[in-house]
Amino acid sequence: MYPSRFGYESPKTVEEAVALLDAHGGEAKVLAGGQSLVPMLRLRFAAPEMLVDINGIDGLRYHRVDADGTIRIGALCRHEDLEEDDAVAKAVPTIAAAAPLVADPIVRTRGTFVGSVCHADPQGDWAATMTALGGHIVAQGPKGKRDIPIAEFVIGPFQNTLAFNEIAVEAVIPAPKGVRIGNYLKLERRVGDFATASVAVALDMVGDTVADAGIALAGVGGRTINANEAASALIGKKLTAENIASVAAAVAAVAEPRTDHRGSADYKRQIVKTFVERILTGLLNTSQKAA
Amino acid sequence: MALDEIKIGGLGASRRRVEDNRFIRGKGNYVDDIVLPGMLHMELLRSPVAHARIKSIDVSKAYEIPGVRLVLTGEMMAARNLAWMPTLSYDTQAVLATDKVRFQGQEVAAVIADDPYIAKDACQAIVVEYEQLPVIVNPFQAMESGAEVIRDDKENQPGNKVFDWEIGDKAATDKAFAEADVVSKMELHYPRSHPSPMETCGSIADFNRATGKLTVYMTSQAPHIVRAAVAMVAELPEHMIRIVSPDLGGGFGNKVPIYPGYVISILASILTEVPVKWIEDKTGNLISTGFGRDVYLQGEMALRKDGKIMGMRMKTISDHGAFYADAQPSKFKIGLMHSAFACYDVPAAHLESVGYYTNKAPGGVAYRCSFRVTEAMFFQERMIHGAANDLGMDQAEFRRINLVKDDMFPYRTAFGFLTDSGQYGKCLDIGMKAIGYDTYKQEQEEARKRGKLLGIGISTMTEPLGAGNSREYDILGIKMFDSAELRVHMSGKAILRTGAMNQGQGHQTTWAQIVAHELGIPADDVTVEEGDTDTAPFGMGTYASRSTPVAGAAVAMVARKIRAKARKIAAHLLEVSEEDIEWELGRFYVRSNKERGVTIQDCAIAAYSNMPDGMEPGLENNAYYDPPNLTWPFAAYFVKVEVDAETGVWDVLKVVAVDDCGVRINPMIVEAQIMGGLTEAYAMASMQYQTYDDEGNCIGSNYMDYLLPTAWETPGFELHEVVTPCPHHPIGAKGVGECATVAGPAAFVNAVVDALGHLGVRNIDMPMMPNRVYEALTTGKDISGMPPVRMGD
Repeated sequence: MYPSRFGYESPKTVEEAVALLDAHGGEAKVLAGGQSLVPMLRLRFAAPEMLVDINGIDGLRYHRVDADGTIRIGALCRHEDLEEDDAVAKAVPTIAAAAPLVADPIVRTRGTFVGSVCHADPQGDWAATMTALGGHIVAQGPKGKRDIPIAEFVIGPFQNTLAFNEIAVEAVIPAPKGVRIGNYLKLERRVGDFATASVAVALDMVGDTVADAGIALAGVGGRTINANEAASALIGKKLTAENIASVAAAVAAVAEPRTDHRGSADYKRQIVKTFVERILTGLLNTSQKAA
Repeated sequence: MALDEIKIGGLGASRRRVEDNRFIRGKGNYVDDIVLPGMLHMELLRSPVAHARIKSIDVSKAYEIPGVRLVLTGEMMAARNLAWMPTLSYDTQAVLATDKVRFQGQEVAAVIADDPYIAKDACQAIVVEYEQLPVIVNPFQAMESGAEVIRDDKENQPGNKVFDWEIGDKAATDKAFAEADVVSKMELHYPRSHPSPMETCGSIADFNRATGKLTVYMTSQAPHIVRAAVAMVAELPEHMIRIVSPDLGGGFGNKVPIYPGYVISILASILTEVPVKWIEDKTGNLISTGFGRDVYLQGEMALRKDGKIMGMRMKTISDHGAFYADAQPSKFKIGLMHSAFACYDVPAAHLESVGYYTNKAPGGVAYRCSFRVTEAMFFQERMIHGAANDLGMDQAEFRRINLVKDDMFPYRTAFGFLTDSGQYGKCLDIGMKAIGYDTYKQEQEEARKRGKLLGIGISTMTEPLGAGNSREYDILGIKMFDSAELRVHMSGKAILRTGAMNQGQGHQTTWAQIVAHELGIPADDVTVEEGDTDTAPFGMGTYASRSTPVAGAAVAMVARKIRAKARKIAAHLLEVSEEDIEWELGRFYVRSNKERGVTIQDCAIAAYSNMPDGMEPGLENNAYYDPPNLTWPFAAYFVKVEVDAETGVWDVLKVVAVDDCGVRINPMIVEAQIMGGLTEAYAMASMQYQTYDDEGNCIGSNYMDYLLPTAWETPGFELHEVVTPCPHHPIGAKGVGECATVAGPAAFVNAVVDALGHLGVRNIDMPMMPNRVYEALTTGKDISGMPPVRMGD
């Protein structure tokens, strides 16, 4: 497990980091948490000329809820930061539910939220969560910053739309229309395993009416599956056993699972359907209890 | 004034492991920690394909990389008659491929360089031209007529069959089946797994041209066997070979065989005249070194209506990979598979075993078990489960009827083993009470009404541990005794060396406890050393739970020799005749006056300063112990599960383990062994398996694809004990290290199958991954064989 020879730079500012990426013309990689990149280096699946380690840049390890309810997650925010934080958990229950399910506790101490979204693993938890929540990524390049909506950011397996000389510096989740509720369920064979199927659900509620709804899936396709259209059937309605069942079926239908050693395509659809039902039913029961 | 045995860390003391002090401080000394002056580093180039003819190997580009010192290929090995080496199963194995590669991951070339990064770069620069051949990935493909012959290097090897072997009384068994009321059948597969110790294999070979001595630091569970083998293969004189196994980061049978990497590093050191270090990477370890299991079963039981087993028939078909390199010392081709059903009174039995070569890694090691005992007991307990159901009998009751009763010992099994002790019924009772068996059926019924699927699985077994007695067991002709050497210093402190090899079992802790028990020397006063063939007495190493049964017995016996000499010294010091001396822990005294006595420490100093006339000075001795029989521990495991009918996920609600391993030297270590074994049992049942696609690509080549459970998933365990001392072991101990790995998996599978029993499901082969359980519970059909690796979109 010895990587190929590579250069290493540890810039002190985002501007310096961007300049390094620019200078290496696509042959440099950003090192944040390294929980996917380092194994790829060791297996020699990746052999970049240069690693640009952004861990020495001050001011990137943050996550906060703005006064208007917008969530901002900096490029060096570790998974465990989100797992241990109550403010974000309260504001975005889907993140609170997903955080302890990301990889394993060791990876969570080092791996980053933004890095995971950038990695665009079809089985990644955060790309799915961001998709359900309709967030965007802030990219910084030589010409400054731009916002990239998540649907236009993760475009395929391990593919994002960052330019070679851009760094994803922040993930942004918009403020909810009302009260945000949600959950995340994942079937894995073992902690740290890639998901057999994961379901992220985020609902914005005004009273007991759904004002906005997002659902996304991981592990059941060659990319993160955006099921927001299926989820939109709930908008303007109250949650009921009937619409829960029909949305669960609709979400399962947009999954694109493949049969493999984790199960048949039909089995994975069944898991998606079951998880959507369980999450929505749980949210319905909780809101009824609260009322 | 006998000493308090527990206080001095004797038998029965849950003494803290002395080795842990250095391990938890990062002060262990593993092979990779050793750095020798001028040392070079070796990396192996492995075959990316499973079966191919090697058309050419071009190493010129590798030599262009600065820092590359030597590149070895099969051709260069062949020139020194080292391209092939013998295996422990009397087959041959390629060291570096010459003609063909026969499994993915096979060693093709080796680069020796200034550092491992350079060596790895150079491996990538070697150009090998392969001509692909048809690939065989299971024994059923191997047995087809016209199948590609994998071992065309061997003379008289027309097909892919390794052996065809049988044991038992076929005629009597046929008769039992002819007369049976009910015949119960079961087809099973025990999937291939890999022991995957935390530390991979590795070696540092250091050949000194000036002295002619070869020192090899290596990861071996059996360093003396390696010395013997190196003497044979490398044709070096045995006294000029020193094998040192320092701390081992786990073994589980994976570090018994001799691997090509060791041999190549030795030749590399001889050629370069500097030390050469080879440390295998995780992928190399998972894809090329000794696997476990990979056996298919067709089993049948002849049953009487009242529940009595009248006969048993097993046919096993085993997959040995490209070279028959099973690490097993018995004369039986499929190890101790015929220990199946040893805990049951079965009048007639017959076993037929056929082994095949395939394009997979060789090995067949005893992964935390005694040579195929794990498969034997898994098959046994799944067959027992099926038979009870076929008879419409309760699982526990069916076992109770057929278990060997306490008054039947010594009991000769249908296959000829002699079990000598046990209280099987008592263990069963304790386990049933602990799991809540009497109310379970009702609970299961009620749960089903609520849509919950509850199941309880039982597994009971006795297994043969402690290979072996010299009549039946040997490795390359060397009999399987073991040894201990004890030197008591003049202050009464001591050093003990044995021929066993600790790899996590806690020998440094427990061997000292046996000395404390026999001599009254506090365990803290005894240093234990193993693993250096220049200092340790000859022994056969540690695997198959043989340390305590064999080396542990030798420790007791050498301590008794010391005590016998000390007794003469005591008589001299007390000025009485030896017949008038009595012994209590730590002290000799005069029978007529208990106050008059001398301690073992008094005797020790006298052995160097005031010995009787005519006595040799010193207080040291050695013992070689040839066990009269195997030891036969008993285990009864109970697992309770709940299956989620919508996902197939099964949760373990409770695990109860009742173990009778005879006298427990260190109860804490025994309990930890059982918990570790149960964890591996849970692993096998749920996720840990090694598989290959149709092209022979090994899928589990890293720990994201080869799953081992973590503390997160692993259930808790409730342990119980029964003690039936081994009648022939000096301190009454039996082996225990592997009982839970061996008997555990069937308890988990039986539990899940029990939960689904009302749906018509009779079997789910391991691994019981949620999708497989879901398929079984929705279709009511059995799930057999390996999970598919991948399929079309």
